[in-house]
Amino acid sequence: MADKTGTMLYLDGVSVSFDGFKAINKLSIIVHPAEMLAIIGPNGAGKTTMMDIITGKTRPDDGEVLFDGRTDLTKLDEAAIANLGIGRKFQKPTVFESQTVWDNLVMALRKPRGVFSALFYSMSADDEARITEILDTVRLLNRKDDFAANLSHGQKQWLEIGMLLAQDPKLLLVDEPVAGMTDSETVETAKLLKEIAKTRSVVVVEHDMSFVRDLGSRVTCLAEGSVLAEGTLDQVSANPVVIERYLGR
Amino acid sequence: MITQLILRALDKKAIWLVAVLAVIAIGVPVLNLVVPEGNPLHIPNYAVPLFGKYLNYAMLALALDLVWGYCGILSLGHAAFFALGAYAMGMYLMRQIGARGVYANPTLPDFMVFLNYKELPWFWNGFDMWWFAFAMVLIVPGLLAFVFGFLAFRSRVTGVYLSIITQAMTYALLLAFFRNDLGFGGNNGLTDFKDILGVNVQAATTRAALFAASAFALALAVVICSAIVNSKLGKVMVAVRDAESRTRFLGYRVDNVKLFAFVVSAVLAGIAGALYAPQVGIINPSEFEPGNSIEVVIWTAVGGRGTIVGPIIGAIVVNLTKSIFTSGSSYIAAGLVILIFSGIVAVASGWTKGLIVIAASIAIPVLYGLYQLALYGSFKLPALSDVWLYALGGLFIFTTLFLPKGIVGLIAQWRTMTTKREQHDRNAPSPADVEAGVDPQPNPAE
Amino acid sequence: MTNRILRLIAVLFALALSPLPALAQANDFAVMVQALGQGGFPDREAAMNALVATGDERVPPILQAMSDGTLYLRKSDQRVLFAAKSGSEFKLTDPVDGSDAGTAVSADIEKIKVNNGLRGKIRTAIGTMTLLSPDSASRLSAAQSILKNADPAMLPLLDSALAAETDPKIKSTMDLARAVIVLKSDAVLDDKRAAVDTIAAHGDQAAQTVLVNALAAAPDELKPVIQTGIDAIGRNLQLWQVAQNLLYGVSLSSVLLLAAIGLSITFGVMGIINMAHGEMVMLGAYTTFVVQELIRNFAPGLMDYSLAFAVPAAFLFTALVGIAIERGIIRWLYGRPLETLLATWGLSLALQQVVRTLFGPTNQMVSPPSWMTGAFDVGGLSITWNRLWIVVFAIAVFAILQLVLNRTALGLQMRAVTQNRRMASSMGIRTPFVDAMTFGLGSGVAGMAGVALSQIDNVSPNLGQGYIIDSFMVVVFGGVGNLWGTLIGALMLGVGNKLLEPQFGAVLGKIIILVLIILFIQWRPRGLFALKGRSIEQ
Repeated sequence: MADKTGTMLYLDGVSVSFDGFKAINKLSIIVHPAEMLAIIGPNGAGKTTMMDIITGKTRPDDGEVLFDGRTDLTKLDEAAIANLGIGRKFQKPTVFESQTVWDNLVMALRKPRGVFSALFYSMSADDEARITEILDTVRLLNRKDDFAANLSHGQKQWLEIGMLLAQDPKLLLVDEPVAGMTDSETVETAKLLKEIAKTRSVVVVEHDMSFVRDLGSRVTCLAEGSVLAEGTLDQVSANPVVIERYLGR
Repeated sequence: MITQLILRALDKKAIWLVAVLAVIAIGVPVLNLVVPEGNPLHIPNYAVPLFGKYLNYAMLALALDLVWGYCGILSLGHAAFFALGAYAMGMYLMRQIGARGVYANPTLPDFMVFLNYKELPWFWNGFDMWWFAFAMVLIVPGLLAFVFGFLAFRSRVTGVYLSIITQAMTYALLLAFFRNDLGFGGNNGLTDFKDILGVNVQAATTRAALFAASAFALALAVVICSAIVNSKLGKVMVAVRDAESRTRFLGYRVDNVKLFAFVVSAVLAGIAGALYAPQVGIINPSEFEPGNSIEVVIWTAVGGRGTIVGPIIGAIVVNLTKSIFTSGSSYIAAGLVILIFSGIVAVASGWTKGLIVIAASIAIPVLYGLYQLALYGSFKLPALSDVWLYALGGLFIFTTLFLPKGIVGLIAQWRTMTTKREQHDRNAPSPADVEAGVDPQPNPAE
Repeated sequence: MTNRILRLIAVLFALALSPLPALAQANDFAVMVQALGQGGFPDREAAMNALVATGDERVPPILQAMSDGTLYLRKSDQRVLFAAKSGSEFKLTDPVDGSDAGTAVSADIEKIKVNNGLRGKIRTAIGTMTLLSPDSASRLSAAQSILKNADPAMLPLLDSALAAETDPKIKSTMDLARAVIVLKSDAVLDDKRAAVDTIAAHGDQAAQTVLVNALAAAPDELKPVIQTGIDAIGRNLQLWQVAQNLLYGVSLSSVLLLAAIGLSITFGVMGIINMAHGEMVMLGAYTTFVVQELIRNFAPGLMDYSLAFAVPAAFLFTALVGIAIERGIIRWLYGRPLETLLATWGLSLALQQVVRTLFGPTNQMVSPPSWMTGAFDVGGLSITWNRLWIVVFAIAVFAILQLVLNRTALGLQMRAVTQNRRMASSMGIRTPFVDAMTFGLGSGVAGMAGVALSQIDNVSPNLGQGYIIDSFMVVVFGGVGNLWGTLIGALMLGVGNKLLEPQFGAVLGKIIILVLIILFIQWRPRGLFALKGRSIEQ
């Protein structure tokens, strides 16, 4: 496949199966620095499993997964991968519900992750400013002392995006970020992600076609664990195979 | 760095708690030693080690709460760490007996002479020196927790699996310590202690000092636990409890976080055990019984897990209740305890549930009486000590069903009802709610 | 002298009075026995021969007693009696009809003496009588006694008996006895070699002892042969020992399987640990006790079949208790597995106390039916019937559960809920009903385990406590959602325990197993047969 150097994320010939079922089948995907890639595809196409593989939750049976052109992700665990600079937002928003919005961000903020660093950590003015800034970006500043459990679904999505920002990753994996959001929130989210993608690589998995159109990025369509089509949204949605297998006539 | 940590530890609640413990640490010995007998404020000699024992239990419960309430690790083997600390102290106390034992052997404790030991087993060396023994009180439970936790957490053994293998751990230790050839006195354990640090362990002053030490140790544990849970690490621990794999995706090494909490907790439990041994005067393998560890869990649950003060309250309240049931013969006191508990349940979860508790409490003696009536033709109430196991069983069941946040949760709930921010706090999820499965899980039906 | 005459008169009188030939015969026999006490050695020999000629089965023990020196003559009435010393007195028994003949001090009785010549003849006589006796049991015991004494004089007799013998077991004992005698005698070397081979082929502990005893006295050229024989027997015995331990292991495994399988079902389907599971086993054992007492009082003729009533009774009773627990407590705690663990622990304390209140803290006696008592041998193995039946029972329970899980609608629903609760629920499966039924089934199986345990363990309120941790280990080891895992887990634990036991002792063996399981969990955190896939992961 293509050259590995200069890529942010490089998947080649990745396969994984669960009890004989091939969830991912010879999948190959490349993401460059400061590039956004939208992934679409029917249920069971392997989108979430792909993210599991990248973030170290699932080990592939076969294939190559490289970060930054050189780091083999299949050898690392979740924490090590996160510390390399890969952030993930889950399909179902998962924030720490029994803690405040502020504390959620304090934990996510990019700092040494060791046990004793965390024990002896005390917040500097810079950190405070950074968190306030993120809260402002995700519009949760007025709710910073509320428990995360009390946020609406959309707000939890935003908090999770805020946590991603606080992690300051090089690569963001965003799984269905606008599920449960109002139209205006969806538009805002697209804007925010485009802003982020100016400096970082972003991979977005989404079903919402208008949102994907708003993103205006390169699109890859997955089906049955491998790439069905690649290109702009128009190219992909014009592809007859994609229409048959995913979009419908 | 350290000062900041301690400052953060001493938030308002912790300061109060430490202050109360300091007052108790000084007050009880004074009331025992200085206030003359006959004065209504005098605390009798027998009560001092009894109260001291409660404080040790409270410290054990606090240690458990650090891993269970804050980190989501339900250890069913914490009494093992307590017992190991107690055994380490017991070994020191045995060596202090010297030639005053029944067999008057200057180095070998009585039970070894009895079991035909020719020389001291190697692991008894050094326990004649107090500093070595005291170090072992910390090291032995800490090391066991480290090895066990390292293996278990690294392989991501969680939930009930972890609970069960901690239980297996204490069960294995129970079996091992029952063996005579292990060199810890077998069935009878270690007893007949004479001196501690050169003074008579039975003397009233020593007992008072041990009590004060127990109170101070508990205060220290409060400061340590408070410092940990108020730090960012504490937040991460709660995050691990609520959503373990999410925490991992943030880049935290969950196994290390758990291991830290587990080891600290085991060391605290060991210290509590070390103070317990000289106060009760005996340590034997029954301390490793799996049932003991589970009882510690219920103290913590009754008091309120995920809080610092909860386990302390829980341990003292449950053990006081146990004393009322098992040693006293006062049905009135027992009835009052049940009424108070029902009242707490009623306030926390509604009066119907309170009534269920009362009904269950009345049903048992009544059914027993009817059974006696049918069998022997006379209505007889059961002995109060026989009722204790029913009471303990009921405590387990009703606390988990009706009091998931414990007594402290009730107080917090009560307070929020009188403040304006009721809306927020009432909706704050309890550990119990969170346990109900908010762990991140990509939807299986993608 | 007067005594003798009097006695003779008495006997004659009695004979004259006796109306029945049988009685006359009996008295004939009695007279012949009395004759043993009279005269010198030749008289005794004649009396003995007369007795032998009757072929009466009472003769060998009398002759044996005479040879052993426990046959006495009572001086007062000149009766020949068995005498067994008890304290300072002798307890006397009539050799003819086995009736009690009072006691006597040593001055009152006189031993019927035998010399070596007579003793040899007695032995031959006994041998002849018993070795050729139509009764196979006495032939066997005769062969065994010859084996023990290894008297070369018996060789010709043995040979003729061997030629006539048809029973393979007796024949093999006789063969062995013959070989032992040959080895002792001054037969030629080749015969002795063959004898050693015969003994070695026998392969049991006794044969080994014979060879070890023979080794010292053997000529040098025979020694290596004997040594080889000893070693061969040693290996053989070791093999049998391992087989016996395996058998014990299988027996323990079946008990563990019975105790754990219900736990595995509830854990697999509902994801909760039922700490009161042991108490369900205990309740099952007490149900057995109650059923037995009812039958004893109302239908004693059915005692041998009481277990046939106890099994369904225990199943139904504990299943109902289980359903009540599920409806009353557990369903309020769904999604909180750790709290369920605490609540069910509390329940176990209360249940134990209930039983203690009703039945008392002491053990209750459950008597095994006749077909479950005793043991039998297979090769070098000794198998007790009750253990064997429990193995059979465990296999049957396992097979039935497999059928229930794989062939019934409830089983299908249970498997669906195990694999994906939410999906099952949205497919229209009434998960609360499935949960209640599952818990009932698991508890009922525990009750049946209690029936089995009542046969081999003390029926006490603490019965369940002894098995609960082992059951957990089996489930944790085997993994959930798969009964085969439980089976393998039970086998590994049971057999492992029993194989370690001879080496390390029971307690240390158990500790080793516990430590091994704790280590095993590190390697397979979800057990041997864990389900795989995304939905299962936490």
